[in-house]
Amino acid sequence: MRVTSARAAIILWLAFVISCGIIISRSQFTTDLSAFFPRNPTPAQQMLLDQIRDGLASRLILVGIEGADAQVRATLSKQMALSLRANSAFVSINNGEPVNAARDQAFLFDHRYRLSPAVTPERFSVEGLHAALEDSIDLLSSSAGLLVKSLLPSDPTGEMVQLLSQFNSSSRPRMINGAWASRDGARALMMVQTRATGADIDAQEYAMRMIRKAFEAASAATPAAKLVMTGPGVFSVTSRDTITSQVSRLSVLSFLLIAILLLLVYRSFMALALGFLPVVTGVVAGIAAVSLGFGAVHGITLGFGTALIGEAVDYSIYLFVQSGRGSADRQHWIRQFWPTIRLGVLTSLCGFSALLLSGFPGLAQLGLYSIAGLVAAAAVTRFVLPHLLPENFRIRDVSATGVVLSRLLRRAAAFRLAAVMLLLVSCAILVWHRGDLWNDKISSLSPVSRAEVELDTKLRADAGAPDVRYLVVVSGASQEVALLSAEKASAILQIQVDQGALAGFESPSRYLPSMATQRARLASLPPPDVLEARLAQAVQGLPVRAKLFTPFLSDAATARVQPMLQADHLEQTSMGMAVAALLIQRNGHWSALMPLTAPKGADINAARIQTALQAANLTDVLFVDMKVESDRLYSGYLHEAIVLSLGGVLAIFGLLLLVFRSFARAARIIVPLLAAIITVIAGLALLGQQLIILHLVGLLLVAAVGSNYALFFDRAERLNAPAIEPGTLTSMLFANLTTVAGFGLLAFSSVPILQAMGVTVAPGVILALIYSAIFARQSDAH
Amino acid sequence: MQCLIRRVSAALALMLFAGITNAAGLDIDRLMQGLAQIRSGQASFVEKKYIAMLDKPVESSGELFYSAPDRLEKRTLKPKPESMILDGGSIVIERGRQKHSLQLQDYPELAAVIDSIRGTLAGDRKALERSYRLSLEGGAERWTLQLLPIDEKMQAAIKHIRIAGAQHFVSSIEINRVDGDRSLMLIEKLTAR
Repeated sequence: MRVTSARAAIILWLAFVISCGIIISRSQFTTDLSAFFPRNPTPAQQMLLDQIRDGLASRLILVGIEGADAQVRATLSKQMALSLRANSAFVSINNGEPVNAARDQAFLFDHRYRLSPAVTPERFSVEGLHAALEDSIDLLSSSAGLLVKSLLPSDPTGEMVQLLSQFNSSSRPRMINGAWASRDGARALMMVQTRATGADIDAQEYAMRMIRKAFEAASAATPAAKLVMTGPGVFSVTSRDTITSQVSRLSVLSFLLIAILLLLVYRSFMALALGFLPVVTGVVAGIAAVSLGFGAVHGITLGFGTALIGEAVDYSIYLFVQSGRGSADRQHWIRQFWPTIRLGVLTSLCGFSALLLSGFPGLAQLGLYSIAGLVAAAAVTRFVLPHLLPENFRIRDVSATGVVLSRLLRRAAAFRLAAVMLLLVSCAILVWHRGDLWNDKISSLSPVSRAEVELDTKLRADAGAPDVRYLVVVSGASQEVALLSAEKASAILQIQVDQGALAGFESPSRYLPSMATQRARLASLPPPDVLEARLAQAVQGLPVRAKLFTPFLSDAATARVQPMLQADHLEQTSMGMAVAALLIQRNGHWSALMPLTAPKGADINAARIQTALQAANLTDVLFVDMKVESDRLYSGYLHEAIVLSLGGVLAIFGLLLLVFRSFARAARIIVPLLAAIITVIAGLALLGQQLIILHLVGLLLVAAVGSNYALFFDRAERLNAPAIEPGTLTSMLFANLTTVAGFGLLAFSSVPILQAMGVTVAPGVILALIYSAIFARQSDAH
Repeated sequence: MQCLIRRVSAALALMLFAGITNAAGLDIDRLMQGLAQIRSGQASFVEKKYIAMLDKPVESSGELFYSAPDRLEKRTLKPKPESMILDGGSIVIERGRQKHSLQLQDYPELAAVIDSIRGTLAGDRKALERSYRLSLEGGAERWTLQLLPIDEKMQAAIKHIRIAGAQHFVSSIEINRVDGDRSLMLIEKLTAR
């Protein structure tokens, strides 16, 4: 009977592990920002996410060439640009070389009467023409006269000047030796737009590789020159590399560390191997559960799995150390200790269930991972592991350690006052720091190093690249509706520009006006004979003869019969790229993006712009502050997570109440855990580390692991034993050490989300053990 | 080569003091050194443009402000108020409500002309010689610096530029274009530091 049930348990377990393996092998692993995307975004959040995933800015790679001399840098830039322009992975390579200039100018010139906002019926009346001609002649006398002279015969009303100044309004880098360079001249600059979205990390990695290859293959390449790259895609790639390499390195290291620790204790490879079975089962169960539940497994979750090794190994330690030897002892363990451990697992589940409810998918993944992992590890320890242990299985006698620990424990009561003091001081620190305890900026989660962010800021400033923080988004059911709305919004924004509240803004309607606007502008052009007659009148009193403007008359006549300007007319021009980035179609819905530029030395007054837009009563207009929006998104998650964690603690307490039916007893379990959590937070505050969402996960883990300790002490009291058994004490110490080893390593990670968990859990579990020991003796003294 | 140097129209020279007095021994280096001493200044100007398309020359006048090495502001008062600020590689032109920002790099021809003026004011011989062949006539009391473009593209547009002056001060700038158009700016110094 027993043999068959044992065999069934083992077979079931094997089948479980194998099916988990199959699920994992088909899983998708991600490291992008998707973990931070809300499940039910608001329209503003959706815009933010779209921009992060595949917006204009997400496709930008800024390239810098440093070292060597200016001539070499410029030559390298040109050679790289030449080879990259031939690569279909890139939409555009801009290094200041006038590759598009001729096409751009031809496009603007050919369509000037459809594009220029100055084209109105009044402008082509006799008076209007006279005034425009007067202006143009004045302009000839001006400093810019040189530029417009050749345009005068065909464009006497100056539409081209209008368009060029509109298009060239953005600041651009300086030129050195025919290529863009940084302001201090020490670096050649290039702006690369990838075809793939910023969220496609593989494609971004490929793009980076191609850029590096072009740099190395350039004939001007010298060891003195150095290539640097930055941009959202580059950040994604380096983040993935960092997370992947740290997760794998830390996994190996913590595995080795725990293995060495256990070998020292067990002095048996067999025990070591068997002890890891629950761990491995827990890890594969966790990954498979997340994969099934979320469709993809995030790198953070895997990193967390590393740390969980330190917790899941506890169960086998309890079994090996507490059960002594022989199968009879193991049956005894199952009867005596398993209920306590089961309760510990249940309290942990209460804590982690809170995370499942989070709207932050990253956190929900961790919750599910922990629940599945802990349940699997505990179940294997209880139902499979005892059957796998050989009849004569034994570990080294560790009772000597237990005796020492018991002696220590007897003196623990003496530290009660000190512990209370420490706790009070910690509370005081928390009250003192309550204002700046949490970091609710989303940047606090980013694994991108400060040096990389600095490089990005520097290159961005040099390149005059937009940071796309403020966006006005208008949308509609068709391209025409979206463009019409964009034109209306443009009129409002232009007023803000004139009043100095904005330095400028972009709009796709600038390069691709709506059909209605195009028609209206063309209708402003009178028929050729009328225009000729008006022009003859208009030149009176001006130092020009009407004959000079024959090209103008013929161009105006051509424009009247020109086909409507469509998106494909813009192809191969810089304006075409702008329209492609600013006019987006998604699920049959069109959005026009209008990035705003802040006035020099000032910030954009968001409220003022919003009020102006609202006053105009436009429908489907959205003002998005990307930074505020992303911070709000994250701080929303954070506050939700804080509430959920408190809920988790309450749930644990509720469970203990339900099981013990004694408030005092439940409180005795929960108090050491709370004390440990408070002390850890105070310590972090004292060290100046602001808490992020992953600290919270760490604190939940402290509660989960610590509850086991508190429950073991409680069990001893309940049995009315003179003192807790030395074996139990020893197992708790070993379990604690492995947890500290597993999480402690994370504290040295440069990835903030991993580091946060490490610095919380490692000291937290030590404190939980100490507080449990000190406070447990109190009732024993009765 | 039909490159006859035309006589520069009379240049009015006003000066506060003379750093270099020996009229005979002026060479380009010395001229440049003298010019470089002037770190900033203010002047009035009258500019006439002779453009074939127009029946009569257009005239404008206003004030110039210069501060070394590369900031030049031209404030036109007549016929229409306009300001042009040249700072490093960018030009901002404001006319009435309109404000245009241009990058010099986008307009090489304009850039070359502007650099000839700025280079002379700054006494930056190296900068001038990147784009022009220089020759100097006259002495310290009245000198004329002629600039001939080196670049072929420039040669197609600009015939030559003649900058005349006295001591450390520029009194006229004449730009002769290949198409026959011409501009002449007369400069009268107001203050200098």
